[in-house]
Amino acid sequence: MKAPILRTLFGRAEVAPPPDVEAAALRSDRFRLEREGDWRRLDAIVARMEKGRLRGLSDEDVLALPALYRTAASSLAVARETSLDTATLAYLDALVQRAWFQVYGPRQGFIAWLRAFLGGGLSRAVRAIWLDICVALAVMVAGTIVGWLLVMREREWFFALVPAEMAGERVPGAGRAALLESLRAQDEAAGLSAFAAQLFSNNAGVAILAFALGFAFGIPSLMLLLHNMALLGAMLWLYHDAGLTLEFAAWLAVHGTTELFAILLAGAAGLHIGRAMAFPGDRSILAAAAASGRRGAQVMVGVVIMLVAAAVLEAFPRQLLGTEGRLLIGTTMLLAWLAYFFAFARKRAPDAGDGA
Amino acid sequence: MTAAGTARHRAQRARRMREVVTPEGIALPFTVASRAARAGALIIDFIILFVTAIAMAIGAFYLATSLALDGTAGGEEAAEFIFVAYTLIWFVLWNGYFLALEMGPRGATIGKRLAGIRVAARDGGRLTPEAVLARNLLRDIELFLPLALLISASSGEMGAAGIAGAAWFLVFLLFPCFNRDALRAGDVIAGTWVVEAPRASLADALSTGGAAREGASTVTGAQYRFGEEELAIYGEYELQTLEGVLRDGDPETLEAVHAAICRKIGWNPGRGDERAFLEAFYAQLRARLEGEMRFGRRKADKFS
Repeated sequence: MKAPILRTLFGRAEVAPPPDVEAAALRSDRFRLEREGDWRRLDAIVARMEKGRLRGLSDEDVLALPALYRTAASSLAVARETSLDTATLAYLDALVQRAWFQVYGPRQGFIAWLRAFLGGGLSRAVRAIWLDICVALAVMVAGTIVGWLLVMREREWFFALVPAEMAGERVPGAGRAALLESLRAQDEAAGLSAFAAQLFSNNAGVAILAFALGFAFGIPSLMLLLHNMALLGAMLWLYHDAGLTLEFAAWLAVHGTTELFAILLAGAAGLHIGRAMAFPGDRSILAAAAASGRRGAQVMVGVVIMLVAAAVLEAFPRQLLGTEGRLLIGTTMLLAWLAYFFAFARKRAPDAGDGA
Repeated sequence: MTAAGTARHRAQRARRMREVVTPEGIALPFTVASRAARAGALIIDFIILFVTAIAMAIGAFYLATSLALDGTAGGEEAAEFIFVAYTLIWFVLWNGYFLALEMGPRGATIGKRLAGIRVAARDGGRLTPEAVLARNLLRDIELFLPLALLISASSGEMGAAGIAGAAWFLVFLLFPCFNRDALRAGDVIAGTWVVEAPRASLADALSTGGAAREGASTVTGAQYRFGEEELAIYGEYELQTLEGVLRDGDPETLEAVHAAICRKIGWNPGRGDERAFLEAFYAQLRARLEGEMRFGRRKADKFS
């Protein structure tokens, strides 16, 4: 006979016999004893839901939950005005709060949320911050131009903009052959997956930083974009000077269209929060920050997904393919992202899945 | 306890009490979690994460070296695969631990659960996945960037710029200390806050048995009846303190409280029947205070 033992060990305590209401000397205790059964039932249902064991709930329990919740809430209101029993008040406070979290808890599982998110929520969030994307794009273009112009005027700027360990052989004055060598395809894939994984976790860190810095009114996000793009501009000038513009662009485009797009979105999401806090309109600052933060967070999940794609592209096709193949993949990826963000799921209701 | 002492004790707790009106119009009491509880929860979470990371690193290292030393073909590729898997698992764990647990039905990480707190939406609505995402994405700049900058600024390598940067980031680190609801920057942009999530079990009703009901002791049979002016000396605060003493049932405390009450009301304290005396006193004091309460007269403590 295994079942009875298991039930006493792991089951809930047996239901207590109905309390002897007349035994209580105080009116407030009689009030409590009359309603105690309902409270305990609600407690048991809520405890099950908190453990995530929704399957174990019977239909009657699910149907009774809202009514039991309201009963407990009104009991609490009455008890506050008539009872001085702290134990009961504390129990009711905790019970009503826990029940409220379950009644108003997340109805979606993570998978359902992810499906709605990829099936349009992300695209809508990106479209909602279009203005910030335009600003961030302008800043990035400006950064590239500034980097280019600075290095063109004065070569010393290159060393200021590009850290030495990153530049390696790619410095002004390096021969065309050395520069071409740095863009060459590799023959085998050994070691590249480790490279990709590292790239991803580094880039994801930078993107999250660009987003999080938006909290300070967006200015640090823009500075981060400006600095990184100036570096790119300096590199671009270096290869242009050696007559390798197309090769460099192809080398960069494989993953760059995805990665730079992701960084653009991260900076724009940060800027979106900063802008909402600086100019909240007729909402309170906190409300504006919360609405923009939730929208920005959705964009950031998209950014992380894009960075995974970018790291894979950077490690494999870029290191293994020639110039034409690189350009083709880069352009395809860019068009694919643009279509997904700006043309996908346009017809749905704008608020569905927005979650605000 | 002095009047100022009791008042301060209650004021401190009241300062963290908030009322949120739910969509259906029920005013729900919340207590904002103390900063100490939140710091403790965070430390527990990081201990869990770091222990996992170290265990994973040791496991991966042994696996990789044993494969690489094996000398057979493909050993290096397998080692590389382990490195990739480690990097990715760590990224997912570091970011996913907080996300997955706070999106769950309890709205709390393991550390928060142990500290008895949880995340909730500030406006009384539901806690959405987007809000959990937003509040967790900011953790790095709130915590690790300020700490890293503080360390580098104190070493003096970056000079004045390092100190300025550290000061700027300290604003993020200390953000929860500068607002009433102890919001951190992540809470501000997510529209969330961290509240206490008490889990009380229902204690027995005190007036159903013993001397509380009959006013008579089961040990000695003595009757305890208190007069109007004897009950009038105490208020709700003292009643609830007495309730705590009775529920704890510690004999020494019972004796001390018994003696204190007897001294106060001018009775001659006997010995051996403290519990019955206190139960009777509790029940009669509560009956009196609750009776007054129904007429809208409340007595907060013995000083009022």
